[in-house]
Amino acid sequence: MSLLQVENTGISFGGLVAVDNVSFSVSPGEVFSIIGPNGAGKTTLFNIVTGVYRTDRGSVSLAGEKVAGLAPHLLVKRGMVRTFQNLQIFFRMTALENVMVGFHLAERSSLLSDLLGLPSVSRQNRATREAALALLERVGLAAYAAMPAGTLPYGALKRLEIARALASEPKVLLLDEPAAGCNAVESEAIDNLITGIASGGVAVVLIEHDMKLVMRISDRILVLAEGKRLAEGTPEVIRHDPVVVSAYLGEHGAREAARAQG
Amino acid sequence: MIDRILNSRLAPLLVLAFLVAVIPLVAPSNFYLRVAALVWVFSIAAFGLTILMGYAGQVSLGHAGFLGIGAYSVALGPEYLGLDPLVSLCLGVFVSAAIAWVVGRPILKLRGYYLAIATLGFGMIVSLVLNGESAITGGPDGMQVPRATLFGLKLSGSATWYWVTAGVMLVGAALALNIGNSPTGRALRALHDSEVAAAGTGIDVAARKLNAFVLAAIYAAVAGGLLALMNGLITPDAAGFMNSIELVAMVIIGGLGSVVGAVVGAAFLVVLPQALTSLHDYEQAVLGLLIMVFMIFLPAGIVPTLRRKMTERAA
Repeated sequence: MSLLQVENTGISFGGLVAVDNVSFSVSPGEVFSIIGPNGAGKTTLFNIVTGVYRTDRGSVSLAGEKVAGLAPHLLVKRGMVRTFQNLQIFFRMTALENVMVGFHLAERSSLLSDLLGLPSVSRQNRATREAALALLERVGLAAYAAMPAGTLPYGALKRLEIARALASEPKVLLLDEPAAGCNAVESEAIDNLITGIASGGVAVVLIEHDMKLVMRISDRILVLAEGKRLAEGTPEVIRHDPVVVSAYLGEHGAREAARAQG
Repeated sequence: MIDRILNSRLAPLLVLAFLVAVIPLVAPSNFYLRVAALVWVFSIAAFGLTILMGYAGQVSLGHAGFLGIGAYSVALGPEYLGLDPLVSLCLGVFVSAAIAWVVGRPILKLRGYYLAIATLGFGMIVSLVLNGESAITGGPDGMQVPRATLFGLKLSGSATWYWVTAGVMLVGAALALNIGNSPTGRALRALHDSEVAAAGTGIDVAARKLNAFVLAAIYAAVAGGLLALMNGLITPDAAGFMNSIELVAMVIIGGLGSVVGAVVGAAFLVVLPQALTSLHDYEQAVLGLLIMVFMIFLPAGIVPTLRRKMTERAA
């Protein structure tokens, strides 16, 4: 059964139809990638799904329940968490604190107990700190824990965002270009991280330009062009789809994809 | 070693308690205790802005409005409702929190400059009402405030007020420090840096901002009430624009988000004018100049800059 179901959704800005009648569904444990040239509407589609943009076209369901129109923080409560293409990091907090904020919903405390500094708050702080450290270790950033996030290198920040997202224990995780600006080693680490997350039963939706990465880890791929669905299928099908190859990958991309497939 | 002490959670509270204990020992006269009590009172108001501006990053240019509400409550309660001054203070704090909750809901949707102007408007309204409703508030002349009694003890004299205000200040500091090191504090600092990402971790951004705004209003009202009780007189100036600006200046000069910084900033703006009175006509100009010099050389505020220097030397 699919966990995230998006049906015939779309949105226009002024006269421009940014996303037009797009549908897809993702199951638990699946890596579902959305690719397409710049301006194809990938991030806009993410923004519709995660409640940043509101639209009255089509529907978005999470575990069978309609969630369109819910504010982003309420979608997190339902298990849908995302990362951002343009990093959204708490730059003045340490790397560890960034991940600790991710545990916000799981933390049991009230404004009053926080004000009074009750022992329960200290216990909660310790528990959150340990859990956040474990997540930092999982994404390979434990060494940065005490550093202000603003001083971390770009590739590390991408993984920090993923760690923070994982802290919310998402059922559906939407990653917007997690490997952008990363070198080959970092990109490999992100590759392993994403497959690991999916094998834990999380439905992963991925926007990514790194075709090697996409072809290697995706179960299915949706190709968008000018806001419309161009094709959908397994990496094998997409790679050989002549429409996709000519519209998006080009000859160079097709060669690279073939090489990645080995 | 220095590093460990500086980073300990209790350190700020110990520093403040030390100051409170030492000042009476070295103060040459009661006048100095009175000035110190004023510093503690304004520190309490500044703690609220430490939470609102320092943690949550939301500016308020009308915060003296809440201070005024607290101050006038201890004058109005006994005069018109026959209430005990301290009961009136509690009532004033409650009214201030309620008004902050009602006003905060719509205006906290605004950001940056727009929020600043909206809060400025709020402060002006409070000031206008206090000045204008002279039949009730005495207008620009202000009101007399009756002496408060606590457990049969009359609260009067500089020494008594020194200890009362210092006690409330220490409690206020402890609460502000607690909040900073809690899930709520992390949520506030998170939305300060990125509201989008904060919402993306499930933080109810609007509700958290409102929490901070109401807390700041409570701090301001407590400070206002104490100020009025201590002076035995209250005028609309307490709620005026200049007072709002001075509160903001205190937390910025001392260091945004630092509880000790709020006290240092309050001391800066309370003590310096007293120290500069010998300059007569040039007092305001020199004060302004000193503020500019401090901001140029200690842009992160006095306390955070000094702390960084000390940890660097220790390392």
